[in-house]
Amino acid sequence: MTVTTEIGKARARKEDARLVTGQTNWTDNIQLPGLVHVAYLRSPMAHARIASVDVSAARGAPGVIAAFSGADFAAEQGSLPCAWPVTPDIVIPAHPPMATDEVRYVGEIVACVVARDRYAAADALELINIDYEPLPPVLDMEEALAEGSPKVHEAGNKSFVWPFAQGDIEAAFRDAPVVVERTYRQQRLIPCAMEPRATVAAMVGDEITLWTATQIPHVLRFLIAAVLGIPEQNIRVIAPDVGGGFGSKLQVTDEEFLAVLLTRKIGRPVKWTESRSEGNLAVHHGRDQLQRIKVAADADGRLRGLSVDLLADMGAYLMLVTPGVPLLGAFMFPSIYKMDAYSFRCTGIFTTKMPTDAYRGAGRPEATFAIERIVDELAAELDIEPLELRERNWIKHEEFPYTTICGLTYDSGNYEAATAKARDLFGYDDLRAEQQRRRASGDPVQLGIGISTFTEMCGLAPSRVLGSLAYGAGGWEQASIRMLPTGKVEVVTGSSAHGQGHETAWSQIVADQLGVPYEDIRVLHGDTQVSPKGMDTYGSRSLAVGGMALVSACDKVIEKAKAIASAMLEAPPEEVEFEAGVFSARNGSGASKTIQEIALAAFAAHDLPDGVEPTIDADATYDPDNFSFPHGTHLCATEVDTETGFVTIRSYVAVDDIGLVVNPLIVEGQVHGGIAQGIAQALYEEAVYDDDGNLVTSTLADYLVPSASDLPSYVTDRTESPAANRLGVKGVGEAGTIASTPAVVNSIVDALRPMGIRDITMPCTPERVWRAIQTARGGDQDSAAQQHEARQSDRTQGNSPSGIAADNDEAQQSGGAA
Amino acid sequence: MTKVSMTIDGARYDDDVEPRLLLVHYLREVAGRIGTPVGCDTSNCGSCTVLLNGLSAKSCSVLAVQADGAEITTIQGMANGEWHPLQQAFHEEHALQCGYCTPGMIMAAADLLRENPNPTDQEVREGLEGNLCRCTGYQNIVRAVMRAASASQGAAS
Repeated sequence: MTVTTEIGKARARKEDARLVTGQTNWTDNIQLPGLVHVAYLRSPMAHARIASVDVSAARGAPGVIAAFSGADFAAEQGSLPCAWPVTPDIVIPAHPPMATDEVRYVGEIVACVVARDRYAAADALELINIDYEPLPPVLDMEEALAEGSPKVHEAGNKSFVWPFAQGDIEAAFRDAPVVVERTYRQQRLIPCAMEPRATVAAMVGDEITLWTATQIPHVLRFLIAAVLGIPEQNIRVIAPDVGGGFGSKLQVTDEEFLAVLLTRKIGRPVKWTESRSEGNLAVHHGRDQLQRIKVAADADGRLRGLSVDLLADMGAYLMLVTPGVPLLGAFMFPSIYKMDAYSFRCTGIFTTKMPTDAYRGAGRPEATFAIERIVDELAAELDIEPLELRERNWIKHEEFPYTTICGLTYDSGNYEAATAKARDLFGYDDLRAEQQRRRASGDPVQLGIGISTFTEMCGLAPSRVLGSLAYGAGGWEQASIRMLPTGKVEVVTGSSAHGQGHETAWSQIVADQLGVPYEDIRVLHGDTQVSPKGMDTYGSRSLAVGGMALVSACDKVIEKAKAIASAMLEAPPEEVEFEAGVFSARNGSGASKTIQEIALAAFAAHDLPDGVEPTIDADATYDPDNFSFPHGTHLCATEVDTETGFVTIRSYVAVDDIGLVVNPLIVEGQVHGGIAQGIAQALYEEAVYDDDGNLVTSTLADYLVPSASDLPSYVTDRTESPAANRLGVKGVGEAGTIASTPAVVNSIVDALRPMGIRDITMPCTPERVWRAIQTARGGDQDSAAQQHEARQSDRTQGNSPSGIAADNDEAQQSGGAA
Repeated sequence: MTKVSMTIDGARYDDDVEPRLLLVHYLREVAGRIGTPVGCDTSNCGSCTVLLNGLSAKSCSVLAVQADGAEITTIQGMANGEWHPLQQAFHEEHALQCGYCTPGMIMAAADLLRENPNPTDQEVREGLEGNLCRCTGYQNIVRAVMRAASASQGAAS
């Protein structure tokens, strides 16, 4: 029996001790004897043929050990892998880590220098001569699909079309009293983990060790072996302390493959650390979708059907899960709502930009944004209170488990409870009343209320489901428990953290399962020799999958220990009980042994019964049989200055149902950070390419990661409907990001709706908001713009006034609804 | 090459450096004080913040030769037998997740509290504007700085 003393406790984290004292083991901190530094020359052209590369001058520069071009690796570098061929006829172009004959985005690697220090390496890059023959860039998805468009790849600009349909969508839309149709743009984002990527590779004999800032040491090791043909047993991948990921380090990168090839070529350990501006160019980007979404509803607001046509920008190549990201969203557009029919189509498109891939939420924030935005639009169309419209359509708490129109079975949830709590904390009715007052008085600062009732699929993932979606691997996770002779415990997990606090949370879980002190546990991870199996960390999977693997491994430890305890206590195993770390005989003798005593007895192995293995260590691999479905209700109040377009978040309430909470301190931190990243998409961030395909937001001076003064405080709370897994956990890593973007944008649009404004394209910068207001007022934008610019602070961003949905398009009504 | 000498976390360092060498690279790669990380190349992120003669400075924006004769405190010099109140407060308030921004955040906060020992939440937010964090959403960082402020006030009174 498990006695819960640790789970649920707000323990400050174990990992902080090294992080707050500067003793952290970042990859860039690693020094090795003979280490040399690599610098990469990157294409300044969005699209060009490489006529010639001359590295000879660089080879002779001071401090330079070697210089190489793509031709030097052509025979051995292979093609960076895409693990998710979503359709049988998907186009997956060759993706050499170092370009050999053509470049397809600004930032693509074309040559490198290896030198004794990083300054010398950077200097020598200047001496490399490359002749490019420019080719036309391809920057816009719709233009890329047009006939006669320049081609990114020989095979054309379309990678795949992935359709999905459930129910009779034509019937749902036929004669529907109300149809609302919108197009939303998910701007391109740059993940910006604070630690820039870094990689160190060293070869000793035939063993190659790669230290790298990665979320996925295990997947990376497998793919180095599978693609480069290096025997897997000779490869060790270590993810030391990793400074944030958010999906951006869920990748198999050019630089990692090249580090392996370089150390093999030159026989010395090599290090590469990117600069931030290099990272903005060449860390995979996120989002970048054009969403055409259409809902059909009855006059009372009941949803009949939902139709989504998605254009997803793949960028120049398909990286690890590039084409799969929009598909994770495919199942999430219907969200918490019941409907009769759903159709989805995604077209994956090549452009001459940095490839996109997973970024916090990966497909689910995009889907949640679109559905939560259009539900608000439907509510406005029908003049139904937007929370009320949601409630009319959402799955009621008594209907769980519920199989959605997508075929997912939501195991648990209580949308009523989360919403009621959020309404309360927010003071929803009072804010609505204030909104009315401000509207009536013509206050230049209008109040908006934004709602986001979201769910997400987490705990990636049941291996069978991944197989059915053509993903290249399983979704299990691994854990091992090592009972040391002194009674201390090593916990090995395949899920390697990069800020999430596994060392603390895993200790809490194991402490309760085994009845051992929290302090006696050390969690090991992130080194394929220490933790040989794993599927790594992404998709809010660590606790829901990796945590369950821990529980299974603990079960096995207890089972094995019971056999030994039985002999020591001279009681048959069925007469031996385990509670809170102690085995006791039920025979009234009062005899008992602690699990630590059993560990020592197994170590000594002097008196074990015949046939009993002298260890109580155990491994377990857990494959979930379903996703988990965290949900919540987030409410955001914004004040929108109609004279300047400036948006201030006045209050933000987040009520999340993530099932059982292992550590409330960590959970709150995850929610805060998640909300901040979602707000960043709504208000601040956008990766902007100019007409030639140059990234103009290549530094943190241009790409506006919000600071403390740009963000509000959040009110967070929870409701709990336990998940169907044994721990009852769901996952929390992405919830805030998924929920907050539509909450903020709904709020801004809500503030301005009386003016006839129905959308503002993200990021909702002061300039965009102001232009939307000017357009809605029919004012003279240019002269007003001059006054406006004089007033504006310099923190506006976004180079286009587009993003204003005028009032006279899109929505159509064909029935008697108001 | 130019001779520089400086005191880093209480120890004296004398070296010959290239005039173009950034202070942060001097700290990390010459002096071996690797607790101070580099997060950007435009002095926006503040990860590399140290105290230079007692004032916060982004060590990516200072040349090593400019710091000649200076006294420098990095995150590795903050604990004095026990953790500095800011280190303790960051831990207790869960003001860090990945921890990459933490050294710079703590050093910037130390300077902020030197200037304003009793700040408001908003003053903390504005005072730390030059230090970016991608994990926490800042709320717990603000709490931690406020906690350290009241701990120091308590200790002083």
